[in-house]
Amino acid sequence: MALDKSEVEKIAQLARLHISEADVGEVTQRITDILDLINEMQAVDTEQVEPLAHPLDVIQRLRADSVTETDQRDTLQQLAPEAEDGLYLVPKVIE
Amino acid sequence: MIEKTVAELSAALRARKISSVELTQTFLDRIARFNESLNAFITVCEESALVEAEAADAARVSGDDRPLLGIPLAHKDIFCSRGVLTSCGSKMLHNFIAPYDARVVELFKEAGTVMLGKTNMDEFAMGSSNETSHYGPVRNPWDNRRVPGGSSGGSAAAVAADLCAMATGTDTGGSIRQPAAFCGITGFKPSYGRVSRWGMIAFASSLDQAGPLCKSAEDAALMMNVMAGLDDKDSTSIDRPVPDYSAHLGDSLKGLKIGIPRQHFAEGLSADVEQSIRDGLKQFESLGARIMDIDLPNNHLSVSAYYVVAPAEASANLSRYDGVRYGYRCDNPVDLEDMYKRSRSEGFGDEVKRRILVGTYALSAGYYDAYYRKAQKIRRLIKQDFSRAFQDVDVIIGPTSPHKAFELGAKSDPVAMYLEDIYTIAVNLAGLPAISIPAGLANSLPVGMHIVGQDFDEARVLNVAHQFQLATNWHRHKPSLQSGEA
Repeated sequence: MALDKSEVEKIAQLARLHISEADVGEVTQRITDILDLINEMQAVDTEQVEPLAHPLDVIQRLRADSVTETDQRDTLQQLAPEAEDGLYLVPKVIE
Repeated sequence: MIEKTVAELSAALRARKISSVELTQTFLDRIARFNESLNAFITVCEESALVEAEAADAARVSGDDRPLLGIPLAHKDIFCSRGVLTSCGSKMLHNFIAPYDARVVELFKEAGTVMLGKTNMDEFAMGSSNETSHYGPVRNPWDNRRVPGGSSGGSAAAVAADLCAMATGTDTGGSIRQPAAFCGITGFKPSYGRVSRWGMIAFASSLDQAGPLCKSAEDAALMMNVMAGLDDKDSTSIDRPVPDYSAHLGDSLKGLKIGIPRQHFAEGLSADVEQSIRDGLKQFESLGARIMDIDLPNNHLSVSAYYVVAPAEASANLSRYDGVRYGYRCDNPVDLEDMYKRSRSEGFGDEVKRRILVGTYALSAGYYDAYYRKAQKIRRLIKQDFSRAFQDVDVIIGPTSPHKAFELGAKSDPVAMYLEDIYTIAVNLAGLPAISIPAGLANSLPVGMHIVGQDFDEARVLNVAHQFQLATNWHRHKPSLQSGEA
C-alpha cells in the first residue's frame, strides 16, 4: 500500500516533525515499505478475537489519592533550556 | 579475575581474596584500554565508582555479606541515574543529567553494587544493531567489523569484553536477548511486570521490560533477586511474591518437556546456527529432558503486529520531547510551532522519526481499527499459541537469532533490520520470560540459544539454562580483543 507525499506531510505535522523537501521522497518510500510489512496481518480473520492490550490482561491498580512527592521545582527546572522565576520560557504565543 | 562470573567474584570478595576497590580499578583500567575501540560506554563514572567501592569494602569489614556487595556493574543509558548523564543514545537527551534514580538503579545501589558507568545503545532502544546511537555504533568484541546486536549492545559488548562483571538492559522486542546471542553472553528478559519500569525511559510501555546481561544463568538469578518485585511507582508492575531465583538452579531436568517450534527451524535460519541449537538439544536429552515438536502458527505475524504496537506506543511516549522542560532545544525558534518541530527533527535520529511517523499514522483518525486494534487482536492470537503450547511442554527452545552477528552497515533497509527479531518479538507481545545463552561457535562467532518459559516461570527458565551451563562450556568462551591497546 503506497502512501503519497502529502499524506506523509500530514502525519509529520501531527507528530510535530519537519521533513525537508529533499528527504520527503525517501521517507515516504521507507514508511510505505514498513506499512507493507505491517499489512501482512490484514490477511488474518480476527472478527471473533478480543484485542489484547496488556500481556497479562490485568486491571489497572489504583493508589490512594494523597500527596507523596515533595516540591522539586528548582531542581527540575535546572534542566530546562530556558526558565525564569519558576516558569518555563518558550517563544511568545499571544501577541 | 576479570573474566570470572559474579558468583565467583562474590565468593572472592567474601573470602577477602580481593577488595571491591581493587576489582573496580581493574575494570576501570580495562575500560580505559578497550572502550575507545568498542564504544560500549557512553559515560564512565571513575570517581564515584571508586567511592562506592570503598563504601562496599567498609561495609564488608563491618559484617555486610550480601551477594552483590562490591560487584562492579554497568547500566544501560536508558535507566535514569541521579547526577549522571542519561542520554538514551539520543541527541535529544545529550544534556540530560537525571534528577533521580530509576528503581532498578536504586535497587542495585541498595544491594551495594558499584556503578562503573552507562552503556551505549540504539537511540531510544530502537534498533537491533546499535547503529542508531547518537554516540556512534558499538563494536562486537568478537569481531570489530561486526555489530554487537541491539538495542542493549553496549551492555552486551561490555560484559563480553570483561569491561564489567554484569550489566542491565531492556528488552522490548529482543533488545537483551539478541545482543546477548551476538556477543556470546547470557541475557534474560523477565515476564512483563516483574521488574519496575520506573525511571526507565519509555519506548513501548506494554512491551518494555528490564533484565540482566551477564556471564551465566547463575549470575542472572543473582541479579533477578535484586531487580524483581512490585513497585508502587510503576502501575504495571505485578504484585506477586518474588521467589529466590537461585534456589531452584540445581533442580534436575529429568522429565522436563521441551517444545521445539517448527516455525523457528524453517526457512531463513542459517545452517550453522541450526546445527549449534540441535547439538544443544541433544545435550538436554542427555540430561533427561524430552524433546517434542510444537507449533506456534501465528509466529510469522509477530513482526507485523509489533511494528504497529511498538511505534504507536512510542509515538505517544516520545511526544514529551518538545524542547520545553528538558533535553534538546533548537537555536533561535521563530515561534512555538517552529520550536517543537525543529527541536524534534534535529534532536531525533532517522529511525526514531520513522517509528514516530508510523505510530502516528496507525493511531490517526480513521486508521485506529485497521492498525492498532487489529494488531492487538493478532497479539491475542500469539499469546494463545503460547498458552496452547505450554499445555504440553514446560519450556520452548530455539535459536535466538536467525544468524550470527552481521557486519556494520549490512542491514541498511529498516524492514530487513526488523526481521532480525523474528524469534524474539512474539515473546514480548505475550509478556513471557525468556533467556538467551551461548550454545556454540560458528566460524568463531557466538550462537545464542533461546529458552522461553510460562508467565512468571522465571525460576524454571534460569534452572534450565543453568543446567545446560553446568554440562557445557560455551558460556566460558571469550573473544580475543583485537585492538585498543593503550
